[in-house]
Amino acid sequence: MAEQFVGRVSEFADGTRQIVKLGDTEVGVFRHDGTFYAYSNYCLHQGGPACEGLTIAKVEEHLREDKTSMGLYFSEKDMNFVCPWHGYEYDMKSGECISDRKLKLKNYQVVTKGDDVYVVA
Amino acid sequence: MDLIADRGRRVTVEELNTTKLLAHAAEQARARKYEDMLIVDCDAHHYENENFNEILPFMENDVLRQLTMSGRAKGRHSIVPAQVGYQDMGGRVTRYPLRMTEKTVPGKLRDVQLGERWMDAMGVDYSCLFPTGMLNVGLHPQKEMEVELCWAYNRWLTEVVLPENHGRFYTQLALPLSDPEASLRQVETFGGRKGVTGFMVTTVRTLPVHDNALMKVYRAIEERGLSLAFHSGPNWGEPVFKGLNRFISVHALGFSFYNILHCTNWVINGMGERFPKLPVIWIESGLAWIPFLMQRLDHEYMMRPSEAPLLKKKPSDYMRDMFYSTQPMEIQDMEALETTFRMINAETQLMYASDYPHWDFDLPSTIYDLPFLSEKAKHNILGGNAARTFKLAPRNEAQKANLIKYGNYTAG
Repeated sequence: MAEQFVGRVSEFADGTRQIVKLGDTEVGVFRHDGTFYAYSNYCLHQGGPACEGLTIAKVEEHLREDKTSMGLYFSEKDMNFVCPWHGYEYDMKSGECISDRKLKLKNYQVVTKGDDVYVVA
Repeated sequence: MDLIADRGRRVTVEELNTTKLLAHAAEQARARKYEDMLIVDCDAHHYENENFNEILPFMENDVLRQLTMSGRAKGRHSIVPAQVGYQDMGGRVTRYPLRMTEKTVPGKLRDVQLGERWMDAMGVDYSCLFPTGMLNVGLHPQKEMEVELCWAYNRWLTEVVLPENHGRFYTQLALPLSDPEASLRQVETFGGRKGVTGFMVTTVRTLPVHDNALMKVYRAIEERGLSLAFHSGPNWGEPVFKGLNRFISVHALGFSFYNILHCTNWVINGMGERFPKLPVIWIESGLAWIPFLMQRLDHEYMMRPSEAPLLKKKPSDYMRDMFYSTQPMEIQDMEALETTFRMINAETQLMYASDYPHWDFDLPSTIYDLPFLSEKAKHNILGGNAARTFKLAPRNEAQKANLIKYGNYTAG
């Protein structure tokens, strides 16, 4: 299994991402809440750079017991990353497309060795 | 540059560079060898509101020109009807908030440079350039201002923008449809200009397009061998939409609604019989509305033909005589999409459109990769139908050979 150097853990701030070339393809590596996640940078919609856009908390609509809406809220725990071409949103922790969970970006293993971060092909 | 995400959290993203943003589109273009295939984008946009300082001096009336130009000072009101909307999805579609960060070189129009960047990335040879904010001009409360704004935009586009682009942009100019006499004058004035392939009705309006006063306008367009486009849009202010609480709802319905409205009037009032040589193109409503309207109108026409006495065939037959732009193409149910293509005779009547840089743009691959299309259909839809209709020349020998092969070569 080939490993591609991504960067230094100490220089990889939480909440940021890096895009690395892995052979003929591109991989987006995120650091979120201290954990690294890596996904294909090709959106499942039209092939846009899925990992290069905004990261933003999942939007939720909260309902009361009587089914009336309390309005819209940002999730306290779920983070998405968004393809900047058309807004397709992906779950940071699974790579699933939040509007159709059957669609899932290819994910890659991330390993750290000392202060070095690698993505595994 | 930082974008604002949840709870004010700042997310750092790179400055916008259209070529870089669309690098994956360029990969698709190379992999599919688009250079051998003439690709025409029959609906692309620029942000003319960012050029109003250059456009407004072309207004003819001294008083109205002074009124709009003085209003350009910061904090003054809009001069074109504006609407509530969230096209950028709260910054998720980053090219909206980042647009002003994109660098261009001095000495050449910014809109031309940006247009050529996305065309080159997508593998598009020609783009029909439409405005953005002025798609609302039909909502302007002042008829004379609609006339003046269209006049100024049409002069600026044909005298400043198109000449800088060396023929890769063409256009269908905005008609001030609220004033038939002024519309006719603009057809007579601009219809013969280089790069003008027809005229465009902004359909965010409720004016009856079959009004007798407009017949001379359509006749003038037809006589010149030009085309007529109906370009749709959303409008949260439309009374029937005031009960919608989300932009997704207004956007999903609005673009189809206005073209359904005007296409119904166009068909039922026999405009296809009155102007049989006028190519009519329905733009930016997707495709799913067309089978719906064909079935609804045919069903009612079979029982009520006396209310549409000019028709010599079914409404759907007239609809099949007209053209449609692809975007935003509903690729959700492939069998439904294939049925739609069959119902509209897509091979000869459908034209690819990107709608770039708007949020729901479509790449040429949305057509090229469809599993049910023949090679001929792909070539026709991606560019051949537009080349035939708008008399666009191939840009290399391979494109010429393909246009000839599929019967679309009209411009030598």
